[in-house]
Amino acid sequence: MTRKIDNTTRYERLRDRYMNGDLDRRSFLGLIGAAGLAYGVQTPFAREAMAATQQVRFDGWGGVVSEAFRKHAFDPYTAKTGIKVVDGTFGGGDEYLSRVKASQPGEYNIAHLSGVFDYARYANLGFASELNEANIPNLEFVIPKLIDVYRPITGGKISCVPYDYGTTGIAYNRKHISDEEAKQKGAKLLIDAAYKGKIAGWSDWRTRIWYGALQTGQDPNAATDMDAVWEAVRTHRDLSLKYWTSGAELMSLLAEEEIYATEAWSGRIYTLQEQGHDIGYIDPPNGFGWQECLFVLKGSPMEACEELLNFMLAPETSIAVAEGQNYPPALDPSKVDLRQKIPTLPAFDPSGTLSGLTFADPGYWNSHEAEWSKTFGRVQKGY
Amino acid sequence: MSVEAREKRQPWILLSPALTAVILLLFVPLLFIVVYSFWLRTATGADVAGFHLDNWQEALTDRFYRDILLGTLRIAAITTLVCALMGYPAAYFIARSGGNKAILLLLLMLPFWISYIIRTMSWINILGVSGALNSFLLWTGVISEPVQMLYNQTTVILGLVHFLLPFMVLNVFVSLDGIDTNLEDAANSLGATRWQSFVQVTLPLSLPGLAAGGLLCFVLAAGTYITPLVLGGPRDAMFANLVFEAIITQLNWPLGSALSLMLLAVLGLLVAIYNRYLGMAQLMKGLG
Repeated sequence: MTRKIDNTTRYERLRDRYMNGDLDRRSFLGLIGAAGLAYGVQTPFAREAMAATQQVRFDGWGGVVSEAFRKHAFDPYTAKTGIKVVDGTFGGGDEYLSRVKASQPGEYNIAHLSGVFDYARYANLGFASELNEANIPNLEFVIPKLIDVYRPITGGKISCVPYDYGTTGIAYNRKHISDEEAKQKGAKLLIDAAYKGKIAGWSDWRTRIWYGALQTGQDPNAATDMDAVWEAVRTHRDLSLKYWTSGAELMSLLAEEEIYATEAWSGRIYTLQEQGHDIGYIDPPNGFGWQECLFVLKGSPMEACEELLNFMLAPETSIAVAEGQNYPPALDPSKVDLRQKIPTLPAFDPSGTLSGLTFADPGYWNSHEAEWSKTFGRVQKGY
Repeated sequence: MSVEAREKRQPWILLSPALTAVILLLFVPLLFIVVYSFWLRTATGADVAGFHLDNWQEALTDRFYRDILLGTLRIAAITTLVCALMGYPAAYFIARSGGNKAILLLLLMLPFWISYIIRTMSWINILGVSGALNSFLLWTGVISEPVQMLYNQTTVILGLVHFLLPFMVLNVFVSLDGIDTNLEDAANSLGATRWQSFVQVTLPLSLPGLAAGGLLCFVLAAGTYITPLVLGGPRDAMFANLVFEAIITQLNWPLGSALSLMLLAVLGLLVAIYNRYLGMAQLMKGLG
């Protein structure tokens, strides 16, 4: 459903944005004026003005994920539409939110956000846009459950399209830890004193608390004994060599054998396995499941963003990206043939119901975000 | 306008672009940070404007911040001492190396051509379990199992010394280069040994350069957050990491502002003491 747009279409869109109130009068006249100049003289200002309507900024997780997006989605999209995709990276949703908070509307456009809790945070801070679903017909291929969880947060509308899902399970070096041992110990493998100095963990407070809850036999979405959870987080800290802060660092620590066990992102471990590293991966009972979405920020050029989202949701693009980044796509397996590789990816649910995954309850986690993120900051440093 | 008045005004006209830049890029943002430090963060992450002392009260009375600050100052002091011990002989060698001075100075500047983050990360390839040093020790049979050398306070200090050593060497070099070598010769001709002439003549005269280098190393070390992030373990965070976490992870800009001003005040006090007793002129020479 993509088409190459000509200059007339671009001007019509510019006018529509102005008429819809998405663009102020001054910017509108400035862009028109600059575009007019561009017919006669190609000034740097004119090029800038044209760029304003010709590019979309996309921010994601970097590494193999960004490579997959660039190769299988952005480059073909640019080739088809002429709209350039400028891609940036971030280490986590918190870091990105801070950047967005400091930016001007329109500076950041689309983000590859993780979890419904992030969607809710961005929406609560007023960064949610309103997508025109009619412009994204490929939404019909998406697992309905993945879309429905977003609607109540933004009054029935959506500001994102679901794109993929995965788990944060436990990765272990098979040279030192057998599959049986990992399975038997589950989350407690990460607080096993036998591996002191060879354990690591993500420096994300949610993940730490989630695993603290699992290690103390509690429901991660409704822990009742937080003292026990924090004690488990402290035990893990004292046994850990390092808290990793990015997927690249996670992969490096495991590949270089600096550590033998850590919780890890499913797709990154699959990539390590593809590279020949003997790394095992399990999802313990109630392991951390998450879904990722492509979130459009308020103030973005909506039609260009919707066009990009629709392109990215097209089965051929979505499958290619999923095969590149090693996370199952949000496409419903009952509606789309996902080919050979995707059914072998960790966390893949052939039924399309995702009933086997435990997702974070956004209400529960966001209501404790201020207190727990601060407490973890202290626990992390030895307190 | 009289010639006198015009002459009086001329320096200000020449300085105006730099002053404008300093005001817009340093003082105005600093003012924003001061204002922010009195705001409050709500549970959802939004800020509430106003005049609240909560952040300041927390930053100044909470033992957690005081302990991390003292730990940071301790790491900065150790780094500065190591830089001084390693940097002085290197600077002395360059200052007394005659015709090779330019080449040696160029070599000293070479690390600046590579990103600080890359330089910091290079230690992972050197000290890691599969790194160059472990591989060499295993190959020579000195060890039979790789030794865990990374992700502790020692590697944080190592990374900081790697980053800051050139600043120390340059400052000491500038100081040593300005000392008339005839003074040492005069001391020798009066019966002093080479060691005595160094201790009693050269070293005292080069102390301002050493102090300037020390100040630069200390201030830069105390304000770093990349090195402990890359080379430190779970307990090796420094004060700037707290600022980063408050602002980026916790989205608590008001508290982060108060913490950053607190660090600025401590380091500012140190610079003021330095300026009171040694003056900033030596520091400018080193930076130039």
